[in-house]
Amino acid sequence: MSHHEMPFWKKYIFSTDHKVIGLQYGITATFFLLFGFFLMILMRWQLAYPGVEIPLIGKALTETGALTPELYNALGAMHGTIMIFLGVVPMGVGAFGNYLVPLQVGACDMAFPKLNMMSYWVYFVGGVIMMMSFLMPGGAAASGWTSYPPLSVISNNAQTVWLLSMVFLITSSLLGSVNTIVTAIQLRAKGLNFMRWPIHVWAQVTTAFLLLLAFPPLEGAAILQLADRVFGSSFFLPSGLVVSGEKLGVAGGGNPLLWQHLFWFLAHPEVYVLILPAVGVVCEIVTTNCRKPFYGYKTMVYSILFLGFMSFVVWAHHMFMTGMGVTLSSFFQATTMIISIPSVIILTTILLTLWGASIRFTVPMLFAMAFLPMFAIGGLTGLPLGLTASDIHLHDTYYVIGHFHYVVAPGTLFALMGGVYYWYPKFSGRHMNEFLGKLHFWVSFVAINFVFMPMFLMGSKGVSRRMYDQTQYSYGASTQSWNVVMSTAAFVLLLAQIPFIWNMFTAWKTGKKVQNDNPWEATTLEWAASSPPPHENFPTPVEVYRNPYSYSATTRKVLPQFIPQEG
Amino acid sequence: MAVHIPYIDKPNPVTGVTNAKLGIWLFLASEVMLFGALFSALITLRLGVSDWPHGYDVLNVPLATVNTVVLIFSSVTVVMAWAALKMHNLKQFKTYMSLTLLMSFIFLGIKAVEYGKKFSHGISPATSNFYAIYFVITGLHGLHILGGIIVNAYLLGPGSHMWKSEPERFTGRIECAGLYWHFVDLVWIFLFPILYLL
Repeated sequence: MSHHEMPFWKKYIFSTDHKVIGLQYGITATFFLLFGFFLMILMRWQLAYPGVEIPLIGKALTETGALTPELYNALGAMHGTIMIFLGVVPMGVGAFGNYLVPLQVGACDMAFPKLNMMSYWVYFVGGVIMMMSFLMPGGAAASGWTSYPPLSVISNNAQTVWLLSMVFLITSSLLGSVNTIVTAIQLRAKGLNFMRWPIHVWAQVTTAFLLLLAFPPLEGAAILQLADRVFGSSFFLPSGLVVSGEKLGVAGGGNPLLWQHLFWFLAHPEVYVLILPAVGVVCEIVTTNCRKPFYGYKTMVYSILFLGFMSFVVWAHHMFMTGMGVTLSSFFQATTMIISIPSVIILTTILLTLWGASIRFTVPMLFAMAFLPMFAIGGLTGLPLGLTASDIHLHDTYYVIGHFHYVVAPGTLFALMGGVYYWYPKFSGRHMNEFLGKLHFWVSFVAINFVFMPMFLMGSKGVSRRMYDQTQYSYGASTQSWNVVMSTAAFVLLLAQIPFIWNMFTAWKTGKKVQNDNPWEATTLEWAASSPPPHENFPTPVEVYRNPYSYSATTRKVLPQFIPQEG
Repeated sequence: MAVHIPYIDKPNPVTGVTNAKLGIWLFLASEVMLFGALFSALITLRLGVSDWPHGYDVLNVPLATVNTVVLIFSSVTVVMAWAALKMHNLKQFKTYMSLTLLMSFIFLGIKAVEYGKKFSHGISPATSNFYAIYFVITGLHGLHILGGIIVNAYLLGPGSHMWKSEPERFTGRIECAGLYWHFVDLVWIFLFPILYLL
């Protein structure tokens, strides 16, 4: 069968091929990640030099050239929304999940290729709508990425656009997760039983279940907030609410906390949606570059599943300060402590895989190894937030920002960048430049720690996470010098991404060609396909003969899943 | 150009289901979470205020009862439509599917009468949270009915050509559409007592 006659738009734009869709997700998400990062650079300028005109572009944004408090709020809300819903999740789940899951289970495509194409385009439309909210009179949505009512219900019209966009993004995620689960379960190659799945597949399937079951409540909540804003209901507006000195003319009787419960019922599992694909990617990179079997495959699988399950019963630890009562707080405090156990097991198994290994320090391996301490810092600093007593002091401070950014930025994003370097030969048939990769890694690694580490310090001093200008308060002024350090580091971090982007685009045509289809000598099925894989991935069906990550006991040579044992 | 994907007409011998059937069950699981969230919102709102009205005082119970019967009947006919295909009787399938569609239109018609009466009395989601949650849940359920009508009408009309080329795959589609229809019916079975009878 020949596929060369397909017109360009059908092959690369409205494609049903999971590989093309995966790359589409990857490119779109990269754009949104850079855009979200850029918004933060504007905010960091304001934080470092409050009220000073932004160089070059300031005059284009506001009259004075400095950020206004309103614009600062809008940028903060949009940074969070774009990074999470349009950047990291589409990158981890959309790009890596779409490209790799079918290959790693030996399938010819996703189970529902047209649905797959549709989920990308629904995501794309959601992204366009979200970007259009910047053009609304009064600016973009400014109620935080959490959109807490009553503020969000009474705020400007861009919030309605935000909600509409979320409905699209949620729908896209739902379609995608059904597709991932069905593909991984139904289209497995012969011999690939569940306990032979690569860890990345386990991570993606668990993530898909989280998206499938946690996102609908947010969709419900978004519908309720839309009703509040458009039809004048008062789901989230209590009786007798006074806005700007006047009693709000609504029926009342609503409950603002209801939104928080529905929102965090999604948004806590969402944290694991962000982290699990990254864990999967790290496991693949680490085992390949350690040249030895993964330590505790089953332990890892059960930890991922337990983590996924527990993530549904910890949501209210985001709400300790809402006055919801000691009994509930204690319950969620206990579950939060329990969920740290599988997280630690996951880190430990990866760490023990490194033990006694002959490690290859390739660029992807550097990123994967940096993930471990960064994720550990992010995870451990979460414990004081999960304990009700210490949360009283730390709640809503920069400490919280430091905590979750350590998980998501040097954690998840580093892992995903490592994934790009690792699977780039599979995407393109060429390697990315190693020197540029190492430059990208080391500068990013140092800079990112200077961005986020001081946040713990500022947070313990009590600096609020939503402050437009902390020098107005004496306790804030005492840590202001750190803001200059952090903002400079953030700018360096932005510059450090230039070699990465450059590398990604130039290597497509000029990178070093791979010597064979399995350049890293890996064990999983995606390396059985040629690089890049053809339209139906495997010309002849692949068969699986053993567990992933196997090495011969006598010769210590790698034993890929797809090669029958000789001798 | 189409990629040959296995298990679209015959079940995977290991899992015992086709791709579509697994997919529709997963989709329904997410739908359970959607309506579950809205029902929990209803409970929270109801517990939060002292003057929550009884549904039987303010809503039209007789009309809703008729609608309940109509929906249950349509659930029966949609199974009969599937069973007819299993017995290779396309004509009978078309009869039962048309009946199902007729029932869905009757349901929406009655719903429209109910809504119209409320609107003519000046009642809207802004009136009180009871009406607000009533309109949101029944409205969303109505949209699900509408979605079902579109799918079922397609399968009855242009979609039924597949019966000639891939009968097994077509029967599978009817089964999935039926599962969805049962779910929409089931939501109403919960919704009716909670909103109208309590």
